[in-house]
Amino acid sequence: MTFLYELRKNKVLFLMALPALILLVLFNYLPMFGVILAFKNYNFYDGILGSPWIGFKNFEYLFKGDAWLITRNTLLYNFVFIIFGLILAVALAIVLDEIRNRFLSKTYQTILIMPYFLSWTIVALIFYAFLSADKGIINQALTFMGMHPINFYSETTYWPYILIFVFFWKSVGYSSIIYLASITGISPEYYEAATIDGASKWQQIRFITIPCLKPIIIIMTILSIGKIFYADFGLFYQVTYNSGALYPVTQVIDTYVYNGLTSMGNYGMTAAAGLYQSFVGFVLVIITNWIVKKMDKDSALF
Amino acid sequence: MEQTSSKFNQLPKSWNLVFNLILIVLCVVCIIPIILVYAISFTSEASLSAKGYQFLPSEWSLDAYRYVFRNGDQILQSAYVTIGVTAIGTLFSLLVTALFSYVLSRRDFRYRNVMAFFLFFTMLFNGGLVPSYIVNTNVLHLADSFWILILPYSLSAFNVIILRTFMQQSIETAILEAARIDGAGEWYIFARIVIPLSKPGLATVGLFTLVTYWNDWFLGQLYITNPKLVSLQYMLMKLQSNIDFVTSNATSATNNMLMAQIPAEGARMAILVIVLTPILCAYPFFQKYFVKGLTIGGIKG
Repeated sequence: MTFLYELRKNKVLFLMALPALILLVLFNYLPMFGVILAFKNYNFYDGILGSPWIGFKNFEYLFKGDAWLITRNTLLYNFVFIIFGLILAVALAIVLDEIRNRFLSKTYQTILIMPYFLSWTIVALIFYAFLSADKGIINQALTFMGMHPINFYSETTYWPYILIFVFFWKSVGYSSIIYLASITGISPEYYEAATIDGASKWQQIRFITIPCLKPIIIIMTILSIGKIFYADFGLFYQVTYNSGALYPVTQVIDTYVYNGLTSMGNYGMTAAAGLYQSFVGFVLVIITNWIVKKMDKDSALF
Repeated sequence: MEQTSSKFNQLPKSWNLVFNLILIVLCVVCIIPIILVYAISFTSEASLSAKGYQFLPSEWSLDAYRYVFRNGDQILQSAYVTIGVTAIGTLFSLLVTALFSYVLSRRDFRYRNVMAFFLFFTMLFNGGLVPSYIVNTNVLHLADSFWILILPYSLSAFNVIILRTFMQQSIETAILEAARIDGAGEWYIFARIVIPLSKPGLATVGLFTLVTYWNDWFLGQLYITNPKLVSLQYMLMKLQSNIDFVTSNATSATNNMLMAQIPAEGARMAILVIVLTPILCAYPFFQKYFVKGLTIGGIKG
């Protein structure tokens, strides 16, 4: 009854929310019911509902196969991205904050954030210009120095480093901005008092800047831990040009699911991999949020 | 230690120099790869096949661009697709997002928490790629349509959070109250008061959305086979993956058609430059909104 009363009273508000609610139902909630696919032997003619149930067979198949590899790759890359990402972004923010010339500071920021706005297609092609086997800059340099050229797109050795470099190249400027904004917000009085007491610059950074950044560092880190089961699809798919020879070091859960969907045609097992990701991801977010709530109630997501 | 009366926190000159040097090196690292692709696009095809990619072309040439513009049916078509999707997608997404954010920002609305949870839950759990794919193709029948390039990205929980937070912080409840007493209806209040007051927030969210649509290749790759709906990014990607790694699943009619049109090495980089330049030019103007949005949205979500 209260609902009907509210509906009449706030008719317009409901109407305003309606387009968004419809989009959520169609593109988010409808696919959620599709997770039953993971427990079915899907075939196109019977559809999602009609295909026969097979229990946990898809998961068994997945965990006998590539599950370990793709989980390891996803987690290892994300650990590196989180830990080094944090150090680099905070360091960069501190350095940027020390630049007193406003014009220079703005210019540096503009340039450093720029790669963030390029699509992975473009980033992949840009780095291809360096890594290409016959025309690439790196191989030209190697040949010039009398060394053997490297066929990068079929040689696994270098890819962990290449992917880590490309990731930071694209995103570190962007992520430093959020720390920079917090540093700018620290009261100058702290630094004035410290200077009067004779604290050096390093001491000021260590005992004022870093402690003041601590809350936001914790929140950002915990949020990214919540997403540790998800990889950046574009990075791992585009930059490697989805080269099969590189899979042992470049295949992550997201690319595995995509390749499964588009080339293997094994919908059931691919859906199982997707559900495995969503489910573990969900549990991690819940745990993460619980920890955030313990530490700082206002920063919790829900 | 040198001290001036106002700037206690200033670095000594030597450190200032070191910090500037660090940043200059980083900026060069950011820019050099981009300069390289510009250089390649202006290199003659002969020099490319003889000497490979070079920062300073041994032979300059505009041939790549001439080629692209002369044989550019597919490019022009793709440009229409990209521009159309970006323009319509951004406007549509802003409208839906603004309406929903406003409803969620109304503290007096009884169901706002229920609706907010309905939204947040999508950030926590999703069905994954395969169910989405099957729903979009077999249930909603959106494959190979213009709207499949727009709808999946049109409502992002992150954007709604940014905009809702912005509205709560910058629009006083008293103003809305006063307008209501003067007899203004909800739609009038939304269009004449809420939207104008939310401009910086809208600009931030608009920028994120615009870049998402402009840069998207994923939806095209997944759902589009009709060459008329291939966007610039997707076309670029198809060209590249065809030249070096003709993969097992890249043999569709679309690919062959694209390949027949643009075989040249430099032309590929010329297309990249054409796709890249608008973003590079537009972004500095949006930068301040972008930074602002990041600081609002970054804390929550």
